[in-house]
Amino acid sequence: MLTYTIRRLVLAIPTLLFISLVIFLLLELAPGDPMAQVPLTVPPDVKEKMRLALGLGEPTHIRFVKWMWQFFVVEPMMFIDWLFGTALAEGQQRVLSWQFRSPVMDVVVQRMPQTLWVVAMSYVVGILIALPIGIYSAYRQYSVFDQTGTFITMVGYSVPPFFSGVLVIVIFSVQLGWLPSIYDTTLVVVDWQTFKLQLMQMVMPVMVLALQTTAQISRFMRASMLDNLNQDYVRTARAKGLSEWSVVMVHVLRNSMIPVITVIALGVPSIFGGAIITEQIFKVNGLGQLLITAIQANDLPMVQTVTFIIAVLIVFFNIIADVLYGVLDPRIRYD
Amino acid sequence: MTETPKPIAALADTGPTAPPRSQWRDVWDQFKSHRGALAGGVILVLIIVAVFIGPHVWPYDATFIDIRARNQGPSWAHPFGTDQLGRDTLARMMAGGQTSIAVGLTAMLLALVLGSLVGVLAGFFRRLDGPLMRLTDLFLSLPLLPLLLVMVLLFREALNGTFGPERGIFILIVVAIGVTSWMPTARIVRGDVLALKEREFILAARSIGTTNFGLITRHILPNVMSPIMVSATLGIANAIITESALSFLGLGFPPDFPTWGRLLNDATQYLQDYPERVFWPGLGISLTVLSINYMGDGLRDALDPRIRGR
Repeated sequence: MLTYTIRRLVLAIPTLLFISLVIFLLLELAPGDPMAQVPLTVPPDVKEKMRLALGLGEPTHIRFVKWMWQFFVVEPMMFIDWLFGTALAEGQQRVLSWQFRSPVMDVVVQRMPQTLWVVAMSYVVGILIALPIGIYSAYRQYSVFDQTGTFITMVGYSVPPFFSGVLVIVIFSVQLGWLPSIYDTTLVVVDWQTFKLQLMQMVMPVMVLALQTTAQISRFMRASMLDNLNQDYVRTARAKGLSEWSVVMVHVLRNSMIPVITVIALGVPSIFGGAIITEQIFKVNGLGQLLITAIQANDLPMVQTVTFIIAVLIVFFNIIADVLYGVLDPRIRYD
Repeated sequence: MTETPKPIAALADTGPTAPPRSQWRDVWDQFKSHRGALAGGVILVLIIVAVFIGPHVWPYDATFIDIRARNQGPSWAHPFGTDQLGRDTLARMMAGGQTSIAVGLTAMLLALVLGSLVGVLAGFFRRLDGPLMRLTDLFLSLPLLPLLLVMVLLFREALNGTFGPERGIFILIVVAIGVTSWMPTARIVRGDVLALKEREFILAARSIGTTNFGLITRHILPNVMSPIMVSATLGIANAIITESALSFLGLGFPPDFPTWGRLLNDATQYLQDYPERVFWPGLGISLTVLSINYMGDGLRDALDPRIRGR
């Protein structure tokens, strides 16, 4: 298992390099010019200097290697500096954002907590709702609960977040006026009052993202439970007089969780993609909104870095899912 | 002399009485018994008919501006109301539906052709299997929505110049969605082709000298049709949602060219004053995707011979 994990981690390196190259070339081939906004009265030699200041003077392959050096060497060194107070990255140039004129990673670190709060919370809430629904609708297959549950998950699966999000804003903010429609990130939780405000502004984005998660995972949970409920070992467990609770919640559930856990791990990066839209609706200034504004402002280093961070998350959670599958299911042998 | 034994009725050889049934008839019978799938199919057909025939019947044009009649609520003249420029919402919904469904169908076809091609090649030719599947894995680990956004933003101007604003963005969005959504089809098709390749009828066909091309087109492809059809239905739903998401983020079709996502985006800007406007485009997207998903569910059951007939 360990050798498999190491092999996968080693294989992830060329994958990530290829992905970063694809993103870089895509941005490079783009016909847009980052200097297009500069007024025409600026003389050409000054314009040339501005291009050089943005790091656009060098040929493509040198800029790609420089970006990789900055991303993989300088930024981790900055992180170590910040952690231990050392001065490894003293005087090294970092990946600079064109629109903020400051290091990209600083902006990313500023935006990260908002995204993590909303996204992580919604994922946890979604899973907590999905598992009981999946278990119970499989246990009572074709019952009224199962039929309604299947219909609701199908609806949740089909209604895109940009409609469900707007719909809950219309209902709860515009018509009823219960919840704020804009997520206020300057709010600091100090006492009960602000905690309540924070809770109220988180309800809608979290529930909209959680609906998608719930729909997907409860479908998987139901299918996986149904596969296991008709197996011989379940009959054996019942025959030897185990209580129904321990048959379903211990024997069947443990076996059914194996594929579901890998689905949960695989879904983590895709929720960041969903967060792009949800953050746009609720005006959360997280990573997704950062990416959208960077794309609109033609801020190529920012787009490159944020997209690559999402790619790293995808590759990393793919490996986690595969390794978990092998660890949990002794029938799977990778070696 | 021994008596001839009386024939046992149960063992009598009667021969088949029912006329032979084709496979597609069985599939249709199974599909009919899935109520959700049937309802989904009916609703989808209704939506398509309304969207493609409606504009010929409805008197208002989607781009006709009547500034005196702006921001109206529902009335007999405008059942869905009018928008901030006095354009009829029903007409815009129909025009938007045409674009959304056309994008969904074309992008799905492109993804299907790419996915089936990669899947069949990887499954059939062992030498291509490794590289093609690595390519699929690479594509699967790309961050798709950010890349789509980047692609649309960066190449919009160039394609607008070559093909005109409407066709340019149509081609761009269809190609972008198609190129980023063929991977699941490729994986499923490859798995099925790998299993089929070891079957006797393939060996028999090969032994009478069928070429690889003939094997693939005559023997392999018809047998992997069912997973391809299931992923086709899910592909349409996926493409419609992706196109609407792009338009919703303001990076899809231009403002004067309605699609359901674009209408939703326009409506959210007037959310405070006219909250009911978000309802129709959102309902259009959701209902279409929901009925397609139900159809996909029913189709998957109907095309699975282990479930069929039970």
